[in-house]
Amino acid sequence: MKKTINIANGQGFWGDSIDAPKKLINNKILDYLTLDYLAEVTMAIMQKQYHKSADRGYAHDFVEFISNSVDQILENNIKIITNAGGVNPYTCAEEIKSKTNDELKIAVVEGDNIIDKIDEYIDSGIKFDNLDNGKDILEIRDKICSANIYIDSFVVAEALKHNPNIVLGGRITDPGLVVGPCLHEFGWDKKDYNKIAAATVAGHILECGAQCTGGNHTRWWEVENFVDIGYPIVSISDNALFDIHKDSKSGGLINKLTVTEQLLYEMGDPRRYLSPDVTVDFTSINLEDTNNNKVSVSNVKGMAPTDTFKVAVNYISGYKANGKLTVTAPYAKEKATKIGQVIIDRLKNNGIIFDDYKIDYIGYNSCSAQSLPVNDNSNEITVSISVKDKVRSKIERFSKEIAPLITNGPPGITGFSGGRPKVQEVISYWPTLISKDIVKTNVRIY
Amino acid sequence: MKIKLLDIACARSGDKGDSSNIGIVFESEEVYHWAVEKITPNKVKDHLKGIAKSKIVRYELPNLLSLNFIIKGSLEGGGSDSLLHDAQGKTHAQLVLLMEIEVPDFFSKYIYTIPDLEK
Repeated sequence: MKKTINIANGQGFWGDSIDAPKKLINNKILDYLTLDYLAEVTMAIMQKQYHKSADRGYAHDFVEFISNSVDQILENNIKIITNAGGVNPYTCAEEIKSKTNDELKIAVVEGDNIIDKIDEYIDSGIKFDNLDNGKDILEIRDKICSANIYIDSFVVAEALKHNPNIVLGGRITDPGLVVGPCLHEFGWDKKDYNKIAAATVAGHILECGAQCTGGNHTRWWEVENFVDIGYPIVSISDNALFDIHKDSKSGGLINKLTVTEQLLYEMGDPRRYLSPDVTVDFTSINLEDTNNNKVSVSNVKGMAPTDTFKVAVNYISGYKANGKLTVTAPYAKEKATKIGQVIIDRLKNNGIIFDDYKIDYIGYNSCSAQSLPVNDNSNEITVSISVKDKVRSKIERFSKEIAPLITNGPPGITGFSGGRPKVQEVISYWPTLISKDIVKTNVRIY
Repeated sequence: MKIKLLDIACARSGDKGDSSNIGIVFESEEVYHWAVEKITPNKVKDHLKGIAKSKIVRYELPNLLSLNFIIKGSLEGGGSDSLLHDAQGKTHAQLVLLMEIEVPDFFSKYIYTIPDLEK
């Protein structure tokens, strides 16, 4: 008999809707709920939090969600698969255990975080050349603040063998949150490339939450009830055919266009979509629209994966800040231009010249650059000044130079209620690779 | 006749490190094949002035009636490095849909009618 499992995704990134997981956990058809909290830069932020305090470094929203959902998790028998553990899944697991009277079994997946090992690896001669520009990691070695391997989904399947309520990891890939349960439920072989590729495509469609159910859709006017937009559910069978759908009572829109838009999201070469488990050919996929907020996906082709894992290294490369002021007509654009120039010139007169700066005119062309005709008679423009430098004190000085313009610049300036701009660290991304045979993953039960 | 890409296509964009990608989706084989001929990397580059300053790579997905454009270097460092207001290229798809295109008159049957959104 054909076996089908239902997997929903209730979180596309750290900061996504806190209501979506709460609604999905009440959906009794679900077998699995995935929650994706990580982006490249998130790991660096979590590593910094962990550095400040050893009991941080994970998505606290997740702990709160679980603490309030124990009854539904148990009653509806829904397993949660998540990367909410960030750089500190152990404390995250302990925190959940203590807040839920030890009612839930948690399988922590470990081995992705190599921040403590990377020095040793570099010393032993392992190269971590930058995938984008070929540079040697020695250039940034002393500035590294996080290093995480995108580990394979078989370790998620391994974790599920322990029959936990939650599989909690760090840098599991986003699609891997869906691939892991499929591997576990259907017992696919490592070489069932087409099936693993299909589950990876399902995971790719789901990974940004509502971005396949009407969110960010070109024809947004067709999307019903954004207020209660449904998050996606995949029903996938052991033959790797699957449907994308959502709770019939929820809002949103699923059709060929909304799903295709998401398939193309953050896509590089569609014939070689690389995951740790499989290489997927997106030019093989067949979509069928059944006209009832459901799209069926078939014919996905996969190939053997590469023999390396991707590693996301982040390093601190400097400091930056952004200040904004709003200015109105008459002569909004002329005044906005003057404001930006006066700020930069005043700093220059104090000997402060930045590695880089940018002045944008929000409401005028800050996103469109020179690609569209501009309105030279704007009613109002927000001038946005961004500066970046390796020297923190220069950025601190900049943040004191915005507010004075309200009284010592051109007339009609407002919008300075948020206080002085905050100095932020610039976290730079260093994508690289590591040979699969030196990576050890493991499951730890809590 | 002159129309906008928005009249015959949908699109979504996002970031790939220092570059953005723009996926454009069509709804019929005929329009897709026309697009393969006409919506070239150079055509997109001419439209995205001030954004597409370097190379553009295009991939074809005939199964999805889609084209995927990689706008190299458009994010000026990308991620946290970029000082751009849209550092992730989220708006590039909407911009490319505003591109003016010349299509054969019989394409009128493929034009999507946008409702009156002020209602």
